[in-house]
Formats: sequence, structure tokens, C-alpha cells
Amino acid sequence: MHEMSIAQSILDIVAQEMEKNGLKRLIRVKVKHGALTNTVPEALETCFMALTAKTPMEDAIFEIEAIPAKYKCFSCGTEFTTEEHGRLLIPCPSCGEDFGHTVLAGKELYIESIEAE
Amino acid sequence: MKVSVVRNVLEANERLAQELKEVFAQRGILALNLMSSPGAGKTSLLERTLADLRDEFKMAVIEGDLQTDNDARRVAATGAQAVQINTEGGCHLNASMILEALKQIDMEGLDILFIENVGNLVCPAEFDVGEDYKVTLLSVTEGDDKPEKYPLMFNLSAASVLNKTDLLPYVDFSMESAMKHMRALNKDIEIFPTSCRTREGLDAWYGWLRGKRAEKKK
Ligand SMILES: Nc1nc2c(ncn2[C@@H]2O[C@H](COP(=O)(O)OP(=O)(O)O)[C@@H](O)[C@H]2O)c(=O)[nH]1
Ligand SMILES: [Mg+2]
Ligand SMILES: [Zn+2]
Repeated sequence: MHEMSIAQSILDIVAQEMEKNGLKRLIRVKVKHGALTNTVPEALETCFMALTAKTPMEDAIFEIEAIPAKYKCFSCGTEFTTEEHGRLLIPCPSCGEDFGHTVLAGKELYIESIEAE
Repeated sequence: MKVSVVRNVLEANERLAQELKEVFAQRGILALNLMSSPGAGKTSLLERTLADLRDEFKMAVIEGDLQTDNDARRVAATGAQAVQINTEGGCHLNASMILEALKQIDMEGLDILFIENVGNLVCPAEFDVGEDYKVTLLSVTEGDDKPEKYPLMFNLSAASVLNKTDLLPYVDFSMESAMKHMRALNKDIEIFPTSCRTREGLDAWYGWLRGKRAEKKK
């Protein structure tokens, strides 16, 4: 799985931000996670925990906020979201079309903020 | 203290991918990222392509594999330059591996660089390796429900090669349903049914390569 290399990238960015702001102890990192990315949030958290074990970041809280998938219908242009995980073939709620929607949101994976002192 | 970060988790990879894109743009090289499950036929398609278009283009291949260098040896047999990257268990190639591998490639006059990603329909989709286009292969022995199960891969790909059509009589695979799902995921996707064994359909794939090559050429 590639969650390990993604967790490492998260750690790298967190370390940079802490240094930039002269912070020493990480309390919380908040990650925004799009439903269409090919990463499993639980696996990300596990990897983050494994990488920070026995380091000064050990006690940090790893918080993931899900971004649901959002589409624009290919036929009628209606914008809609769905809780259905990782699927793209979603019938449009207003016209039923399931073909060729544009993805407006759901592919994001970014660090929103950190809390540290 | 709370610090607003708003940084893409994969930004380090994306920066390197951007560097690669600049190198390819400067030299007018068409770079393609080939992805599929293990065994769908990426190396076979490359063997055919490298041999059949040998007199037309100068081509090179970067082979990603978990451990062996079999694929690099197979494609090198066609006379093309081939560099093997062993990911040592890593499930995808990333931009820094490609930058490293490029040092071993003579880019002078190169027309097309093929990057054969690690066999996996999940992880490689997330990592840009500087390619102009992603190409996903699917073989008819894998089942026509694959596009729906791995939507991101097909959504991001400019083209999809439906390989091993010679085996269609023996498997329960609906071309129509696979193509319909691919187009639903990505209405602009170009689909090429091929058989690397019988060569059926390869000409259409070569036509696409020629077109993309011409667009990229300086
Ligand atoms: N019948 C048939 N077999 C194929 C075709 N293309 C590839 N294969 C076979 O499928 C196996 C895996 O192919 P390979 O190119 O190594 O797949 P890769 O793992 O995606 O690089 C090999 O035994 C190939 O000979 C095809 O079009 N038809
Ligand atoms: Mg191969
Ligand atoms: Zn609609």
C-alpha cells in the first residue's frame, strides 16, 4: 500500500511547518481527505501512528476530515454530492444520467492545519 | 498555536513531476505512463510497439517492477533503450525515481518515453511521474467490472487499451459493458481493443501514438 509514503509526506510537511513557526510539540494535525482518492483514511492514520511512535510527535492527534465526492451532471448540469464511497458511476438525482459527469470535488488530499506549541 | 497549512500532501512529488514535464517539454518528448494490474500486457504492448515503430520513432522505456529486471530485458531485446527501476516492494513509481532513471537515458532525439508502472490498479493513479498522458490497460481475463471497481485510474487516463481480445471467446467479458463503464467514468477516453498475440487492433493504438507524438513535437 502507498499509505506509508503518503504518511511520510504528511510528516515532512508538518515538520517543515513546525520549524518555520518555531514550534516544538505537535498536538494535532488536520488532513482533508477526498472520497475519490485511492487512499484509505484508517490506513493513513495507522501509518502516521507507526511513523511517529517514540518520537516527539507520538502524542499528536491525527484528524481526518472527509470531503465527499461532488459531481456536475453531464446531461443536465445539476451539481450533486454522494456519500457513496469511491464511485464515479452515480446516477444524477435530477435526471438519472450516470454517464460522464465532471468531478468537482473529492480528489483532494491536503493538510489543512496543525496545532502545536 | 494553530497554524493554517493548506498544503497538498503530495506536493513534493508534484514539484518533481513538474520538473520532469519541463524537461520533456523542452525536448519535445512524449511521455506516457502505462498502468494496469499485473499481467494485463503492458510489457507485451511495449514489445510490439517498440518493434513495429522502430523505424519511425526513437523510443525509450523505464520499467518499474517490484524486484526483477525481466521486463527491461524483454523490451531491450527490441533494440530500444530500457532502464529498470526496482521499487523493492513499493507499489508505485514516483517522480523522483523517474528523475533518477532519466540519468541513464540518452534523451537526444528521443520521441517517446514509455514508463511502465508497477502492476497495480490503485496506487499509481495518485502519483504523477511527469507524463503527458496516463494509459490504463485492462485485459479481458480480468473481468469487465474492473473500471467500476477502480474508477480513479480510468477517470485520469487519456486512453485505455483493452488487451487480449483473442481470448474473448473463452471468457465471460462484455466489451460493450467495459467500454460503457469506461466512457461513463471519462467521456473523453480513447479505447483501443487489442491483442498483442494476434496484433489485432494495434494499428489504431499506433495511430493514437502518432497523433500525440505530432502534437508534442516542437
Ligand atoms: N492471449 C494473450 N496473451 C497475452 C496478450 N498480451 C499479453 N499476453 C500474455 O500475458 C502475460 C503477461 O503479459 P505482460 O506483458 O508481461 O504483462 P504486464 O505484467 O502488464 O507487463 C504474458 O504471458 C503474455 O504473453 C494477448 O494479447 N493475448
Ligand atoms: Mg511488465
Ligand atoms: Zn442530470
